Amino acid sequence: MTLRSAALVGNPNAGKSALFNALTGARQKIANYPGVTVERKAGRLTLPGGETIALTDLPGSYGLDATSPDEEVTRKVILGEFPGEAAPQVLVVVLDASNLEQHLVFAQEVIALGRPCVVALNMVDLAERDGLVIDPAALEAALGIPVISTVAVRRRGLTELAAAIAAAEERAAEHHRPRTTLTERRVTAHAIAEAAIVSESSRHRLHAKLDRVFLHPWLGPLILFAMLFVVFQAVFSWATPFADALEGAIGWLTERVRAAMPESLARDLITDGILSGVGSVVVFLPQIVILFFFILAMEASGYMARAAFLMDRMMAGVGLSGRSFIPLLSSFACAIPGIMATRSITDPKDRLTTILVAPLMTCSARLPVYAVIIAAFIPNRAVLGPVGLQGLVLLGLYVFGIVAAMVVALVLRSSVTKGAASGFIMELPKYQLPHPKDLLIGLWQRAWIFLRRAGTIIFMVTVVLWLLLNFPRAAPGEDQIDASVAGHIANGLAVVVEPIGFNRDIALSLIPAMAAREVAVSSLATSYAVGASDEEAQAQQLGDRLKASWSLPTALAFLAWFVFAPQCMSTIAVTRRETNGWKWPVFMLIYLFALAYLFAGMTYWTAVWLGLG
Amino acid sequence: MTLDLLPLETRARITAVDWSRLVVEEAQRLQALGIDLGAIISVAHRGIFSGRDPIALSVGRMTVALRRVHAQAIEVEAL
Repeated sequence: MTLRSAALVGNPNAGKSALFNALTGARQKIANYPGVTVERKAGRLTLPGGETIALTDLPGSYGLDATSPDEEVTRKVILGEFPGEAAPQVLVVVLDASNLEQHLVFAQEVIALGRPCVVALNMVDLAERDGLVIDPAALEAALGIPVISTVAVRRRGLTELAAAIAAAEERAAEHHRPRTTLTERRVTAHAIAEAAIVSESSRHRLHAKLDRVFLHPWLGPLILFAMLFVVFQAVFSWATPFADALEGAIGWLTERVRAAMPESLARDLITDGILSGVGSVVVFLPQIVILFFFILAMEASGYMARAAFLMDRMMAGVGLSGRSFIPLLSSFACAIPGIMATRSITDPKDRLTTILVAPLMTCSARLPVYAVIIAAFIPNRAVLGPVGLQGLVLLGLYVFGIVAAMVVALVLRSSVTKGAASGFIMELPKYQLPHPKDLLIGLWQRAWIFLRRAGTIIFMVTVVLWLLLNFPRAAPGEDQIDASVAGHIANGLAVVVEPIGFNRDIALSLIPAMAAREVAVSSLATSYAVGASDEEAQAQQLGDRLKASWSLPTALAFLAWFVFAPQCMSTIAVTRRETNGWKWPVFMLIYLFALAYLFAGMTYWTAVWLGLG
Repeated sequence: MTLDLLPLETRARITAVDWSRLVVEEAQRLQALGIDLGAIISVAHRGIFSGRDPIALSVGRMTVALRRVHAQAIEVEAL
């Protein structure tokens, strides 16, 4: 039988992903396993003979008795029970050399299946750094299968491993070894590890020292917040030139299309529809890439687990775990990377709850909306020393979002996503320097996921939006928007939103704001015939016009609406991808709309009752 | 004494675990990580908020985080 497929199996933190990246390079495909939200990583491995085979990186697992969806997938794929997935012909058991005893427990279980197996004794360099010397030959003798020492990031042992994989299939299939109990495997693991460890110095391991700093009762949180400050500073300041350049490029492209094509509806579709719509989503790419650079670096270095440890108690208060902290924090920049970062949450219910509340974190796209309304309606006066009323209102909106997220998380956790959490039992992995290549591959994958969304679902929605705004065509003298389907939808919507103080212009602005929340601003500017081309002048002019035509309660209700801002289609699209179906994005949409309506209404009615209007 | 009361950096042996206080997945996860009868552990770190929850345990060459509710189900004797 020719060899066509192999898979990496092993405990979490065995360095499987780095080994996978080193073996397959950038030639890999990331998708979900059908029906579950577990990532399927597949690539091509070139064998010494020149032929290539499919290599999959199976989710990290502690044993064949699954305790999480990840482990369930690993178990089913190994046993050939996963529908549509052929069982891999060769299993490459990845062991962390410095955690041999622990990792041998699962390894024995895999080897006992009697399938062609190879062991990759990975991260031997880190073990040596910790003063641990292991004899691969002794390990090979004890396990009865080939053992190859590897250092994925330095590409050590990769050819030998590929050769061993090629040779594994040729060995006669072994008989099943008898199935053992966990205790038996643990005793055997201890004995094998003892025999294979040549020497073990008692010098303090580096990661214990680092933990003393990073998990220190007050130094730890201080470092965490300093680090987060740097991350956010970088997301907002480093991204600006790139976002401006992207915006410039889109503008240039628009100009070129205008110059090259005669004036027509088709040209308008390309420029005003596709380029400006998709463009308003794509400009978030630099922010997302920068944010993911830090998230991936924190994950690869082992720091992410420490951040989760520090913040766990706080998150436990609303029924989540420390692992939700970073995804939720990322959502302050944009909910898309936040929702994508929930992959590191192992418990499916925790993960779903985190995804559902992520849009409540005030993302950067809401700032332009807040800025225009606050500048126009909130008097710029000092309240307490240097603290101004405008700043206070802005802070209040952020806090409102956070409180709403906490309450929603609590409610969801005791209703829709109810269920015993697998709590917060996790290994704190060893610290290691992230490898640039692994970071680049990870960044490329995240950027690609985002761009593919922009190219497919967001593209489609943009075209539909444009069609809604431009058809049917207006009769001469009639306003195009009033005549359009969107205009009619806005008329209908206006009736619905009238009780919460919204007028038709607001209803209309909410439709194109589906592309990105801040588009509401330019849409309002169109409605109020603001001519200024420069952004700042536009905001100023728009503020003046709004002040003339909106009451204060309406403005406040509009702000309250944007705390929930349910209409971001990119968020809906990424939620669909991450939850593998339409059920949860639809649920998210409904609950966000309900809350937005309720709180905008309450704000409006209270403001009117207080006589503010 | 239960594990949540064990002082920092004190080596102890797990003498009993009340598995009924834990969800099945939690029990399996603990066992998979080697936190089971007879294991030698020590508390390496505690959380920063009131109650000093969660707890980071040293088990062999690993550090494992768990919550106080889990630790309360685990009986230990200091060595």
